[in-house]
Amino acid sequence: MPFNIYDFSGTTKAIDQFLYAKMAPTWAFITELAIVGIIILLFYAVIGLYLVYLERKVCAFMQNRVGPNRVGKWGLFQTIADLIKLLMKELITIRKADKLLFNVAPFIVIIASFMAIAAIPFAKGLHAVDFNIGVFYMMAVSSIGVIGILLAGWSSNSKYSLIGAMRSGAQVVSYELSVGLALLSVVIFSGSMQLSTIVESQANGWWIFKGHIPAIISFIIFLIASTAEINRGPFDLAEAESELTAGFHTEYSGIRFAFFFLGEYMNMFIVASLAATVFLGGWMPLHIGNLQGFNHVMDFIPPIFWYFGKTIFIMYLIMWFKWTFPRLRIDQLLTLEWKYLLPINLVNILIISFIVLMGWYIK
Amino acid sequence: MQEVELQDILTAREDGDYIINIGPQHPSTHGVLRFVVSLKGEMLEYVIPHCGYIHRGIEKMCERLTYPQIIHLTDRMDYLSAHMNNEAVSLLVEKATGVEVPERVKYIRTILSELQRIQSHQLWWAAFGMDMGGLTCFFYGLRDREKILDIFEESFGSRLLHSYICPGGLMNDIHPNFQKRTKEFIKYFRKKLPEFDELLTGNIIFEMRTKGMGVLSKEEAISYGLTGPPGRASNFACDIRKLYPYSAYDKVDFKEILYTEGDTWARYKVRMDEMWESMKIIEQLIDNIPEGDFTAKMKPVIRLPEGEYSQRVETARGELGVYVVSKGEKTPYRMHFRTPNFSNLFVMNRLAAGNKIADLIAISGSLDLVIPDIDR
Repeated sequence: MPFNIYDFSGTTKAIDQFLYAKMAPTWAFITELAIVGIIILLFYAVIGLYLVYLERKVCAFMQNRVGPNRVGKWGLFQTIADLIKLLMKELITIRKADKLLFNVAPFIVIIASFMAIAAIPFAKGLHAVDFNIGVFYMMAVSSIGVIGILLAGWSSNSKYSLIGAMRSGAQVVSYELSVGLALLSVVIFSGSMQLSTIVESQANGWWIFKGHIPAIISFIIFLIASTAEINRGPFDLAEAESELTAGFHTEYSGIRFAFFFLGEYMNMFIVASLAATVFLGGWMPLHIGNLQGFNHVMDFIPPIFWYFGKTIFIMYLIMWFKWTFPRLRIDQLLTLEWKYLLPINLVNILIISFIVLMGWYIK
Repeated sequence: MQEVELQDILTAREDGDYIINIGPQHPSTHGVLRFVVSLKGEMLEYVIPHCGYIHRGIEKMCERLTYPQIIHLTDRMDYLSAHMNNEAVSLLVEKATGVEVPERVKYIRTILSELQRIQSHQLWWAAFGMDMGGLTCFFYGLRDREKILDIFEESFGSRLLHSYICPGGLMNDIHPNFQKRTKEFIKYFRKKLPEFDELLTGNIIFEMRTKGMGVLSKEEAISYGLTGPPGRASNFACDIRKLYPYSAYDKVDFKEILYTEGDTWARYKVRMDEMWESMKIIEQLIDNIPEGDFTAKMKPVIRLPEGEYSQRVETARGELGVYVVSKGEKTPYRMHFRTPNFSNLFVMNRLAAGNKIADLIAISGSLDLVIPDIDR
């Protein structure tokens, strides 16, 4: 089996050919689906758990603390121990809660993030599906999550939960516009919605560098809006533990709560990967003009490391916001979106279209 | 929103109102306080504070206790101003029995009160930051508060409920390290207090949430009986340390912090500035503690002559008044505490009604409520 860390397409093709040679096409197809599903599921769980660990370490770093350091070396197994604890906890359903919706809500949240992860190109040839409308697909799938949040708040039969859910609804629906428009700017630049094509188009430079100032503005808007879209501080109004105790998941316990928790972290990962993919070149190494030596050294680092490096960098930025900023109020939050981000974004799109039309960006 | 009296609210309450209990178990009430709030969407229609969840009947209990014993109960009212509470009762007993305490005691009492004030404001800042959603503030505040608690622990063995100031003087003399460590702390905290500002004060989100929020005029502040930082934020000069100096406050030079805005931001700034002033007071006194006894000669059984006595001190939260009716016994006939938090609490409806639910948390945070002090 050919294995090349710089290009996974050979490996995946070989597995594909091997399976189709050994069994009937239907079974080969089903086996492929199962393999991809299991790999994504495992990846999902591991990333989710270690994101929680990362967040706790970053948060501890910001707060003059040590963070988890008891279970395993540097507390590496802390989150796994937490997961086991959450699995063993009692699932409480409060009286007069809408049982069906109450049980379904956490799964909707987690399935939304699970679907989004399928389209992310981790490295060359390493993605489950490569839609020709990848950006659109990501947007569509990630907005399913809010239905889960709304259902959770509605079905809990708790006033705190309901307020949290309504806030979340208003917030996510508004900020989705900004996220979409910010992504649209890069779609205009690269002329494609396919994520792999967007990455390939950044071989000679990332869009954040090639696209002049408008691309930087888009990137900043994307960071702000996506932080709001995934309900993280300083936009964590849906949870707002100092006002609504825990917002929409107040009444959830055990593994159902863990699903919400994991879903939140995975959403952060998805948003960070999307930012890394469309603005920071995905798995493309950093190239500076005609510096041949430098470019060669950068090429030597495998794309998968580039991808995760960029994603972790953006996740760190998002965590940084959360641990240093106080929370906004709901009216300020909506003012920020409708009065500032959206108009800026629209003007920005206009400018970008003009730049692309005139061919002024670095090709 | 026009002002509504509590009684009107209770009668105007309708079945269709969307009523939420904030508390008695809620992360932002910092204790077992309960706000019944009625919401229209995110807007608060009215706020009714319900207190009494940890009412222990301290005033009634005092009638069965001797004056040195009462000291131990006063710690448990405003546990963040334990020294000031002790001092209030001690000053009253000394005034009634005509005992003159040594100069050394006065100096130490003042230093301890100011250390306590800094410590209390640090914890308030930490909790206020957390109420606004800035979780990191909590750890910064507690990090520096720990240094003061260590000083306390070294001198008198306890970190929170000291019962250290007693009628006639102090329980025992200060630790030999006390002066050195206090000076070290002041030097340390002068560097660290600007960090507090960096984290919260200049933050655009924080300013948007606090400026112009919950504005109270001077007249209203007086009529609601507001004292302490919330009163001074409304330009009401109510600092007992200036008005009726006790202990060594007449010997030190400090400024009474006054702001005219009367909003949440002003209440925040008053406390931030007070920390600087407290450090200034400690610096003036710490090197000049006179030698001498740590307690005056008191009778083994303290009896207050028949009559009525009162004493007021400035705690970290406002004016604490102690009122005693004595029949010449070793226990008071009646005892009453006028605690600052009780008056400060009932301005909540006036400040929060008509604002958003998030502002309720910010406003109650800016009033710096300590629930055991409300309930006693």
